[in-house]
Amino acid sequence: MNQRLILILLLAIAVAVPLSLLAGRVWIDPLVPETRNASVILMQLRLPRAVLALVLGAGLGAAGAAMQGFLRNPLADPGLFGIAPGAALGAVLSFWTGYAASAYLLPVFALVGAGGAMALLALIAGREGGVALFTLAGLMISSLAGALMSLAISLSPTPFAMSEIVTWLMGTLADRSWREVWIATPFTLAGIGVLVLAGRSLDALTLGEAAARSLGVDPRRLQALMIAGIGLTVGAGVAVAGIIGFVGLVVPHLVRPLTDRRPSSLIIPSALAGALLLLVADCLCRILPLAGGELRLGIALSLLGAPFFLHLLLKMRRGLA
Amino acid sequence: MSLQACDLGVKGRLEELTLALNLGEITAICGPNGAGKSTLLSCLAGLLKADTGHVALDGEWLGRLRPQERARALGYLPQSPEVAWDVSVEVLISLGRLPWRGAPATEAQAAIDAAIAAMDLEDFRHRPVSQLSGGERARALMARVLATRPGWLLADEPLANLDLGHAAALVHRFREQAAAGRGVVLVLHDLSMAMNHADRVVVLDRGRLAADGPPVQALSEDVIARVWGCPARWLGEPGARALSVG
Repeated sequence: MNQRLILILLLAIAVAVPLSLLAGRVWIDPLVPETRNASVILMQLRLPRAVLALVLGAGLGAAGAAMQGFLRNPLADPGLFGIAPGAALGAVLSFWTGYAASAYLLPVFALVGAGGAMALLALIAGREGGVALFTLAGLMISSLAGALMSLAISLSPTPFAMSEIVTWLMGTLADRSWREVWIATPFTLAGIGVLVLAGRSLDALTLGEAAARSLGVDPRRLQALMIAGIGLTVGAGVAVAGIIGFVGLVVPHLVRPLTDRRPSSLIIPSALAGALLLLVADCLCRILPLAGGELRLGIALSLLGAPFFLHLLLKMRRGLA
Repeated sequence: MSLQACDLGVKGRLEELTLALNLGEITAICGPNGAGKSTLLSCLAGLLKADTGHVALDGEWLGRLRPQERARALGYLPQSPEVAWDVSVEVLISLGRLPWRGAPATEAQAAIDAAIAAMDLEDFRHRPVSQLSGGERARALMARVLATRPGWLLADEPLANLDLGHAAALVHRFREQAAAGRGVVLVLHDLSMAMNHADRVVVLDRGRLAADGPPVQALSEDVIARVWGCPARWLGEPGARALSVG
């Protein structure tokens, strides 16, 4: 069942990528080769953006699937671990200090922020290995990073820096180049690899923590894999594109009924579906007419994701009733 | 494959407990609330590290075994086991093969098929767990443990929440497993079940061993009065006894 699903998703991506390359403010008709600057638009603007959407979407989808498996909760989102806010805090500090002016330093700051959040998470929850403490530690780091971000914004040295920070936090793939692709891809792929390694342990966790341990799962090893996998995928995404929410929540939900529902069966299909969703969503953001620029991807996905989350909550409430 | 607890102590829960359990028989662990039954079972399963003493499997300390080796030998069914995702019965049972990473797929499928047959679940093989009755679910969870093909089955209150018929059917399955040479260790609240179906009963009282032996001795009226603090009388014939309390 899984192989067929993976094949279908790969085919859908193979169809969506060329279509997304043609769409945008300047529409490129492949049958009319005289579009001005077509090769520059394709190779320097749209292709890196499409590749980045695929890479980040894959990372977020896989991270969401693993996160839901780890917390045994369909409402879990990779953002819960506080790694995205940690990375965002790093990026905000790069704006605040002015280092963001250098193209490579912003992602480096964000990756250091993600690494800091991962280290803090491991330090607080690492010894015990329990999921509850882990989640609470993640929430604490989220709220601490959020508070520090607000502090940085309120103390920003110039109104220009403040506006830069706020705009950047909204999350977008606009104006991204091959440089961002080269920064994010190795981290994201490594993160997905780590999450795939955690798959069997996540399957065992389906039966609860005690049963998983009785099946030979080492909770501390699993926790370390989760911190590394989520940290690499989410951290790399935030470093190059800002905060893009809800992909990690929505995608595993859409994919789960098409699999045998084991967390390990969900990771690769969720990565592919996440890649497809982010590619399509980014393409729609690009072609939607909006005064003053294009709709921010982070905002668009939150606008779509919030009602979806509400729908899930209502469905769960009906299930409990 | 022997399973022994030597001078086992867990602060505030178990005190200097020494036990040697036998393969091929059903051992029931009984005792009042807070006696340390689940703590003892967790130690025997290698899930809880004792403060003093140790548990040994074939003479090897559990703490020194690799988690996978331990998991292959000791099948553990927790109290009120959960199933987080609505997987099919076959997928649920296949989770029991996780400790056998690298084993041939044919061997895994044979173990899953055997566990399905042992728990009489063939008709439910592809059914989602959410659509099972309480008794069917209990059998499916037991089959998950059997799919590992462990030497020992350790179950914490496996009959809780089951009606009489389903509880009797599950006890019958445990008996079959003991007859097949496995060691079966059950934490039981229902003393009649322990009296009628166990080969040996271990009674705990506030973390200490209060009685250990054949059910007739370990669950004698004197022991029940001393440990549970209430007068009780056994009625009926051996093998079909009922407990009258008060």
